[in-house]
Amino acid sequence: MSVNRRIFLKALGLTGVALGTGKNLGAVSKPDPDKEFYAVLYDSTRCVGCQSCEVACAMEHGLPEPDMEDYPEIGKKRKEDENRRTVINAYDTSVGEVYVKTQCMHCGQPACASACLTEAMHKTEEGPVIWRDPKCMGCRYCMISCPFDVPKFEYHSPNPKIEKCDMCYDRLKKGEMPACVTDCPAEALTFGTRREMIAEARKRMNDDPELYHDYIYGEHEAGGTSYLYISPVPFDEIGFNTSIQKSSYPELTKGFLYSVPTIFVLWPALLLGLNKATKNNQAQEEENE
Amino acid sequence: MNNTSYTITKDHNTRKPVWKFLVSELKPKGKIFTPFNIISAPVILLGIVIIVIRFAKGIGSVTNLTQEVPWGLWIGFDVVTGVAFAGGAYVITFLVYILNIKKYKSIVRVTVLNGFLAYVFYAGALLLDLGRPWNVINPIIGNNFGVSSVLFLVAWHFLLYMIAQLVEFSPAIAEWIGAKRTHKILSGMTLGAVILGITLSTLHQSGLGALYLMAKEKIHPLWYSEFIPILFFISSIFAGLSMVIFEGSISQKVFSDQVSDKNHKAHNNIVLSLSKICTVTLFVYFFLQILTFIHGKNWMYLNTPMGYWYLTEMLGFVLLPMILFYYSFRKQSLTLIKIASILTMLGIIINRLNITVIGFRWDAATHYIPSWMEIVVTLTVLFVEIWVFRWIIRRLPVLSEDPNWANKN
Repeated sequence: MSVNRRIFLKALGLTGVALGTGKNLGAVSKPDPDKEFYAVLYDSTRCVGCQSCEVACAMEHGLPEPDMEDYPEIGKKRKEDENRRTVINAYDTSVGEVYVKTQCMHCGQPACASACLTEAMHKTEEGPVIWRDPKCMGCRYCMISCPFDVPKFEYHSPNPKIEKCDMCYDRLKKGEMPACVTDCPAEALTFGTRREMIAEARKRMNDDPELYHDYIYGEHEAGGTSYLYISPVPFDEIGFNTSIQKSSYPELTKGFLYSVPTIFVLWPALLLGLNKATKNNQAQEEENE
Repeated sequence: MNNTSYTITKDHNTRKPVWKFLVSELKPKGKIFTPFNIISAPVILLGIVIIVIRFAKGIGSVTNLTQEVPWGLWIGFDVVTGVAFAGGAYVITFLVYILNIKKYKSIVRVTVLNGFLAYVFYAGALLLDLGRPWNVINPIIGNNFGVSSVLFLVAWHFLLYMIAQLVEFSPAIAEWIGAKRTHKILSGMTLGAVILGITLSTLHQSGLGALYLMAKEKIHPLWYSEFIPILFFISSIFAGLSMVIFEGSISQKVFSDQVSDKNHKAHNNIVLSLSKICTVTLFVYFFLQILTFIHGKNWMYLNTPMGYWYLTEMLGFVLLPMILFYYSFRKQSLTLIKIASILTMLGIIINRLNITVIGFRWDAATHYIPSWMEIVVTLTVLFVEIWVFRWIIRRLPVLSEDPNWANKN
């Protein structure tokens, strides 16, 4: 069994394109000109905070119907949990009240998928990061790794699931758009390929530079995400984590993982050598005596 | 008294079939109502009840874990800290089998046994923390190889290292049941198992630290650095050795009937030289911590509550025990060594918890504080491990001398 593992790690380290890695690190390491990641552009200048997306999401995924008493209010931080995959919050900013929808960011190179040891978290070719029920062992390492704190765990279930937005992957495969995008009455959500969405965001900012703060959140955050945000104010005013690094998170463990095959080759040789060397010394000492 | 009963069973065993011998060994030896038993038995019973609730109603019904802090005491203490303490096994086998230093031979078996049990029980504690422990076979049977995951590496290494340690310990089992031919084969496998074991230990001791590399913004900057894996590896050396010193000082007293006079005298000498290794590795660790601190430009955090806590850890639980170890070696003082080893162990607990629990999401509005049930389950795991350890020590030639025939092999 040790040999199996060693071969695995050698393949991983020496070629750097071992099967699993290529898949997990996403399209950046496997360029495919015909396939582009889908993305959603969220324009917080258009959002009216009506929560249609929250309702659509709950209906689509069979989650409990949202409590309508619990609406976005300034000063109240609503969070996603095991029963809701997306929420809207209201923020008091320099230009008045601004709404922000949050959900999984669908990173290009997701930390959660590279953290998952059973490949339950999976970056699909279409762009959504999905969670695959039968593979998961509930270790919650995805939650530790996710810089946006997205995956939620059912702490009160004997057979717990991880809940997170999957960009309506099943609808995407049928050629439909995500439920929240379809149901948004204010057209705050736009769906398309990531390239198109970035172009659309740029266009809106060019057309009305007075309205927008000149930044696309998600273009470079965590190496680039499939949810893109544009806003009238700087993003730290509306509850975004602006300390997110601009390179991908799996990058952080790469150095360690690549050192594994080296150690696996060098250590045993070194240890065996030391063993032989010290054995000879002892034999000599005994002779001298 | 134990010694005599031990020799009697040995004589019997040459005639009795193995299974009958094993059944006779199951009976308790020694007193039943000791202070340790009176304390540990109710805790274990309570712990079992809590574990049943945990499997019936989910992890949230017994723990205080939150969506922001998904790993608590069971991972941070049982697994991450426990495995560091089990590091003594690979260090001592390195000294005995790789560097051929015979001086440490008398403690190699008890250390390997301790390491093995630690891994079995802490990996067991890991299963309690998994939401769906039955799927733990997924990354092992090969249908889901998440090779880009550090946790995948750690999981495989736990499994392989447990096997390696079992092989290292197996001659003692063969001696116990009197299987002479098997003993010869198993002893021949020791060097291979040791080499594999040290390699695995290097990688998964550091791997436990590497688990937290992706939680870059979640861990307090004073504890997060890209050098976590190296710091974890180096600290596992003195953590393991401090455990060996601490456990040895207790075992030598509690199981004094098992230890021969010769080994008892040799033990003091062993402890003194281990304290030398502790001094050196603590120095390297302290030096690296300073480098990491300067490299991370973390000066502005020092004058904050977390900064004072950091200084307490570094000065009180790294620098101070290092000086004590050095001083106790110069003075040949065993008492000082014991104090230093306890301080070092406390330092390791503090360090691992600072990364996994205390400094994890230090800026969150609500902090995770383990529930009393989490603490009881942790104690249950620890106590059951000690029970099993004691059961083995009383029966197998671990602290006691090998039977004569085994030495000829």
